[in-house]
Amino acid sequence: MEQLSLYHFLALGAVLFALGIFGLLTRRNAIGVLMAIELLFNAAAINFVAFAKFVDPQGLGGQVFAVFIITVAAAEAAVGLAIVMLIYRNFRGIEVDKINFMKW
Amino acid sequence: MNVFVFYLLAIIASVSAFRVVTARNVFHSALFLVLTLFSIAGIYILLGAEFLAGVQVLIYVGAITILIIFAIMLTHQISNKSIRQTNEQVFPAVLIVLIFFAMSIATLLLTSWPTATAELPSDNVNRIGQLLMTTYVIPFEVISVVLLVALIGAIVISRREKRSGD
Repeated sequence: MEQLSLYHFLALGAVLFALGIFGLLTRRNAIGVLMAIELLFNAAAINFVAFAKFVDPQGLGGQVFAVFIITVAAAEAAVGLAIVMLIYRNFRGIEVDKINFMKW
Repeated sequence: MNVFVFYLLAIIASVSAFRVVTARNVFHSALFLVLTLFSIAGIYILLGAEFLAGVQVLIYVGAITILIIFAIMLTHQISNKSIRQTNEQVFPAVLIVLIFFAMSIATLLLTSWPTATAELPSDNVNRIGQLLMTTYVIPFEVISVVLLVALIGAIVISRREKRSGD
């Protein structure tokens, strides 16, 4: 019977991060983009917690930084969704490829 | 047993994360996001981080996804299925993601990670609380200011602006 190792968890983190990047690049909907960013945050947090268990169990720094990641994700969601609501109010739609009035 | 639970949770997390980024209906995406976050909470328990699993369920599942679902409900026309949900970059995105994934797996296999033989302390929650008040007190204070600024910023941004004549 194989044992759980660091590799299992880092591979799961890589899978979730790759899926998050895919969503970030292909979603047209701003809320979909924000959900993809949540996946990226979670992938990074899984890596931190895995390192806390397998590399430095006495220090526990990885778990503390995962708490910080969750806090930053909460702040990002609050500000991001406020911006989405403002864009919806002004443009009647939140497709990110239509919101390009600051480009040219 | 642990390995079986890990593979179960990892498959649930990966499949529902795939549905989060590909579902046509954004509301379904949000519900799959809840499933992903729940299975990640299970992964945290496997990793011996009970406190983080609780925080994950409370903040991610309880607060952030509710916020996202509120935003989806308030922008009503986006759960309409006839609107195209992906842009024209799907093919380059698949290419980039595959290259990124191959690179990260290669890095993962080629690096010799330092592994510790010690076990996690059993009084995890206690230790995290002590660390937040001693070693990591400066990041802790900074992150609380960040949260306050984000709160005020969200209120200011989403407030309806008054006309100057009113």
